[in-house]
Amino acid sequence: MKSVIFRTVAPVLTSLMVLFSVFVLLRGHNEPGGGFIGGLIAVSALAIYGMAHGVETVRRAIFFHPMAIAGAGLFTATFAGLISIFAGVPFMTGLWIYPAILGVEIPLSTVFLFDAGVYLVVVGAISSIALSLEERGGE
Amino acid sequence: MDVTALTFLALALPFVAALVAPVLTRFLGQNAAWVLAIAPAAIFLHFLRFVPDVASGEIVTGGYAWIPSFNVSFSWLIDGLSLTFVLLISGIGALIVLYSGGYLKGHPQQGRFFCFILMFMGSMQGLVVSDSFLMLFVFWELTSITSFLLIGFDHGREAARRAALQALIVTGGGGLLLLAGLLILWNVSGVTQLSLLLSFGSELKESPFYFAALLLVLGGAFTKSAQFPFHFWLPNAMEAPTPVSAYLHSATMVKAGVYLLMRLNPVLGGTPEWQLLLPLFGVATLLIGAALAVRETDMKLMLAYTTMSSLGLLVMLIGLGSPHAIEAAALYLVAHALFKGALFMVAGILDHETGSRDLSELGGLRSAMPLTFAIALAGALSMGGLPPFFGFLAKEELYFAFSTFDLRSALFAILTVLGNALMFAVAFAVALKPFLGPRVSMPKHVHEAPLLLWIGPAVLALKGFSIALMSGLAHRLISSPMASAIAGEARTVEISLEPHLGLPFALSVLTVALGGGFYVNLARLRAGMTAILADIGWGPDRGFDQFVRGLVRFAVALTRRLQGGRFEVYMTATFALVALVLLVMPFRYGEFPRAPFFSADVPAHELAIMAIAVAGLFAVVVASDRLTAIVSLGIQGFAVAVIYLLYGAPDLSFTQFMIETLSVVVLALVMTRLQLSPADRRPLPEKMRDVAIALACGLGFGLFLLRVTAVPFDRTLTEFFNLYSKSIAHGANVVNVIIVDFRATDTLGEIAVVMITGLAILALVRLRAGSLKRAVAAELVADESAAEERV
Amino acid sequence: MEAWFALLVGIFFSVAVYLMLSKFIIRVLLGVAVLGNAVNLLIFTGGRLTRGVPPVIPEGAGALAAPAANALPQALILTAIVISFSFFAFLLVLSWRAYNELATDNTDEMRVAEPVNEPVPPLGY
Repeated sequence: MKSVIFRTVAPVLTSLMVLFSVFVLLRGHNEPGGGFIGGLIAVSALAIYGMAHGVETVRRAIFFHPMAIAGAGLFTATFAGLISIFAGVPFMTGLWIYPAILGVEIPLSTVFLFDAGVYLVVVGAISSIALSLEERGGE
Repeated sequence: MDVTALTFLALALPFVAALVAPVLTRFLGQNAAWVLAIAPAAIFLHFLRFVPDVASGEIVTGGYAWIPSFNVSFSWLIDGLSLTFVLLISGIGALIVLYSGGYLKGHPQQGRFFCFILMFMGSMQGLVVSDSFLMLFVFWELTSITSFLLIGFDHGREAARRAALQALIVTGGGGLLLLAGLLILWNVSGVTQLSLLLSFGSELKESPFYFAALLLVLGGAFTKSAQFPFHFWLPNAMEAPTPVSAYLHSATMVKAGVYLLMRLNPVLGGTPEWQLLLPLFGVATLLIGAALAVRETDMKLMLAYTTMSSLGLLVMLIGLGSPHAIEAAALYLVAHALFKGALFMVAGILDHETGSRDLSELGGLRSAMPLTFAIALAGALSMGGLPPFFGFLAKEELYFAFSTFDLRSALFAILTVLGNALMFAVAFAVALKPFLGPRVSMPKHVHEAPLLLWIGPAVLALKGFSIALMSGLAHRLISSPMASAIAGEARTVEISLEPHLGLPFALSVLTVALGGGFYVNLARLRAGMTAILADIGWGPDRGFDQFVRGLVRFAVALTRRLQGGRFEVYMTATFALVALVLLVMPFRYGEFPRAPFFSADVPAHELAIMAIAVAGLFAVVVASDRLTAIVSLGIQGFAVAVIYLLYGAPDLSFTQFMIETLSVVVLALVMTRLQLSPADRRPLPEKMRDVAIALACGLGFGLFLLRVTAVPFDRTLTEFFNLYSKSIAHGANVVNVIIVDFRATDTLGEIAVVMITGLAILALVRLRAGSLKRAVAAELVADESAAEERV
Repeated sequence: MEAWFALLVGIFFSVAVYLMLSKFIIRVLLGVAVLGNAVNLLIFTGGRLTRGVPPVIPEGAGALAAPAANALPQALILTAIVISFSFFAFLLVLSWRAYNELATDNTDEMRVAEPVNEPVPPLGY
């Protein structure tokens, strides 16, 4: 796994896959995709990067500890559910707003926030698993 | 505030006081007793307000809805019976709190003691005023639990732990019987409140379930009120500090069973079964208790056994059920609470001041402790049934009940006289022996007890005297309403101190004469009883030990049989059962699917994918090296992903692809380190057995699926999601909308699970090598040292 | 079509159960992985099979027309796949640690929690 081609291609591949995972997450509400799938794609990207350049590099690259990312995701998802309190509707009720940014109307919703939380939990928890196993693989 | 709210507060007050007791005791020491006694005193005053109303025949009920949908309420019923009880509980409770302040002065755990005893008080008070069955049961069991805490207060000693556990098991178990009995009463009558139940006439007695309900209720009452053969927990409960004994065994705990019988007398009593069982057990308990009391020299134990006798007497009276018997029960209950409370506290004072409560080690204390002597004498006179004390009235009324001149009455009269005479002897042994005779050398320098200690018994003794003097007023306000409540119809108690010649008086004289004779010959009686008991050898008390040991051994044997620690056995049992259920149930209920129809119009590529999946599966089973196993596992996974894709599930397909990839990666990562062969290294017969179970399971699930797909599909939910996914949730991908919107709370739980497994794996990976071995070794060492401690 | 799937699910379950009945942790682990797929396919088939049309509402339409695949089992299975993976990973690491600590892959010899000759608990109070 330490071939030059792989090591050269891996960063590019990883960035493309992470970008793609975000794209999958965003389009998930209307076409196949979503937080779970997007998160898994991002984990695969990180795993590939880890194989090519070592786990330490990946850990530096994502800056936060994977479980911290997962925790932030769980918090985001819960918070998305709690927003409904301020609107006086039951927990987890989907709420939508349509702010216009630079003349383009962008639909924002607690549902999307929740899906983003799912994405972060999957990315964090599963990459934590994969990375810690890869790390010990060298023993 | 209105009466309802105040009553509710009164019911809650002991628990509040229990909460603040430890803190208060830390600041005030034993003087916290003065503050804490305010709580029961306030309750006493609150309930005192009901006395005029109740005396005029009124029944006060009140409460709040608790679980309205189940028709369960938090409600109380205050009539002559519960009012007397609650006044005794709170009145004596206040005195006991003061007494505990003196008795446990300087004890490091005094705060905890106050806390427990106040909680017990609250439970007992709740029990006697409860109107709803559920509340009655909850408080009933609460008294068991709090008395467990109190009896085991000195938990450093094994005897205390044993006594506490014994009381809990016996009375708590009885509580379960009571619950079953209450459920039957509820089913038969359709009401969940005592006040409504009491308005039932003889319907309950004619019900076919009457006898079952009666036995269950008696099971609860007899265990709580220490009737033979459930009596053994009561003397053992003397392991508790004396204030506990004085409280639990005079006015409260043990009287709960008597209360229950009195309460249910109007609806359950008067039948032949009732009139046979209660007097029989009652008189047996009376005599056995008195006989056992004579044997002892420990003052507390003597009093405990006479308590048992008194309870037997009460149960007998309730069972006899004649007007005089009921009135006698009402009078005797109050009298007993007063004199037994006082005598227990006297025993505690002697123990506290001299360091011993064994009669053979005490003597000649009358000059050193004149006040205590006076209190003890007053208590003993009342207990012995001598004028001018309240006990005399109770006993006269009791003997009136026997003045019907038939064989049954005569028999019970003789036995009761015998029991009473023995109690008389014990009462005077306790009250006179320590104070008369030559001075014996004591472990401590003896002087009169401090105020906190003697005020309680003094008040009780005085009360026993004053009630007798003002019997007219006391009867009108307390005894008559109480007797009416027990009988279920208006009764008037008329007994007074005025002499009345006749059979009752003759029986009284006989009792005193016999009792005097027993007192003089107490030493000889004691020797005789000890010899008899030594001959019998076995009693329910030892039986309890054997029961507990047998239970532990049985549990160990059963656990070893069911949970032998072999993973293979667990799995085999589980899946054999699964197969059994899946294969037998369809036959049993005629739900077997029709012969499957393997349609030929399935496209070839679909069959090919299925074949690949199956091939992957078999490769996993037969794989002999790691790489084959991992790759084969991946093959079946990817095949499943393709199946999802073919059948309109792109989301699933993508997820499955990613997951299978990751699975293969992590499996490869770990497997390279495990250096384990995935091959099955077991003998063939074992494998064949597994194959049989596995095939049965597979067949079961296949048939199950066939049957499921044969019934028409209910599309209601699917249609709902298809219809509203866009219009309500603004999403076109229905699967995603279900996950993140319609069923988002589920998903929240699921990502939490993912997060937790992530954390668990992280912890496992970071665990240093060898730490498990160290942990196990440390545990073994701890076990050994604990075992040494036990030895 | 359902008959083929019933057969397939039956085989999946048989293999999963057979692997899990073995006393060697690696085989149990493989069995758990297969069992996840078996259960998912069971649910998937139970929700009825529709070829090729994913449950996605076409552009401009207000609701999904009838012949699309059933979305509900898909939503159930999607989360199940992720969770069964995380459990699989947990079991994997657990067996790896257990093997490291106890030096055996035979569950019969893993008796830390339930020792072979556990002493009888104290019979006193």
